Amino acid sequence: MTMLAAILALAAGTYLIRLSGAVLRDRITLSPRAEAVIRAGAVVVLLALAATSTLLVDGAWGGWALPAGVLVGGVLAWRKAPLAIVVIAAAATTAVLRLIGVA
Amino acid sequence: MPPRFLPERDRDLWRDATAMSLGICIVGVSFGALATAAGLPWWIPVGMSLLTYAATSQFAMLAVVLAGGGLLAGLAAGVLVHLRHIPYGLAVGDLYWNKWWTRLLGTFMLIDQSTAFALAAGEDKRRAKAAYWITTAVMFVAWNAGTVIGVLAGGFIPDPDVFGLDAAFPALLLALVMPALKDRATLIAVLVGAGIAAGTAPFLPTGVPVLLAILGVLAAWPRGGKEAAA
Repeated sequence: MTMLAAILALAAGTYLIRLSGAVLRDRITLSPRAEAVIRAGAVVVLLALAATSTLLVDGAWGGWALPAGVLVGGVLAWRKAPLAIVVIAAAATTAVLRLIGVA
Repeated sequence: MPPRFLPERDRDLWRDATAMSLGICIVGVSFGALATAAGLPWWIPVGMSLLTYAATSQFAMLAVVLAGGGLLAGLAAGVLVHLRHIPYGLAVGDLYWNKWWTRLLGTFMLIDQSTAFALAAGEDKRRAKAAYWITTAVMFVAWNAGTVIGVLAGGFIPDPDVFGLDAAFPALLLALVMPALKDRATLIAVLVGAGIAAGTAPFLPTGVPVLLAILGVLAAWPRGGKEAAA
């Protein structure tokens, strides 16, 4: 019963968080400059998320295999490789490095 | 011949989203299997994936609960790592802010990937909308199917790290936002923000460092700056 309440609370909490950004946006009139800043804000958060999940696993250095894979993906993206290639190459690099014993 | 609601110009979105969905599905399997192996009844992971649809929040809550931290602490951890969706909603919220039901559904469907795919479409609002809905719908199916498979698989817990899936996610985000980095101010904001996040992550609870990263925007757009909109 309490578990059910906790699940519903998490669902409600995450929904309200998702709602707040869009509602806020709807309430204000955005200048082109503010629009650019807001888009950059989301890009910054997405890349910060990418950076932390590349370098850290459970709050500590996650080993070389992970950043090496992301780096390979990043270079391919830079060279305008198709998205699926970027992602598969990143995963494959990390998987192979781990297979041969690189942490 | 493709149906009318599946225009040829968005084929690449369907293809990319479907390719990504395999990884999400495997992560979902590990979520369902982890919860089941820990002795939780099937409806807990299945209900969480269906109602919350937020992988990091679900894993955060599950981890705290399984470690004996209690439901309230688990809930707090799950909500904390989800706060990054506020800037997401600010940036792409207009894409689904039409009818009451697209608002309800679009809000629920706001995730890292749908935000990144929508932002990657740039100024093209039609394509941004298509990217948002296509990716999030495919991910939703994959995430929930994965969770159910994980529950049914019971004792077998796949480790997504073996497949390098923990590298796939940041690589995907990096590739999707890369075009936006051509803008110099955005690039500065991103570099400062990523530095702040990576530098503070070892010391702060998960979810807080990526929020602090927003300070990078202040570095690129100081108050009253003029070259901002360029």
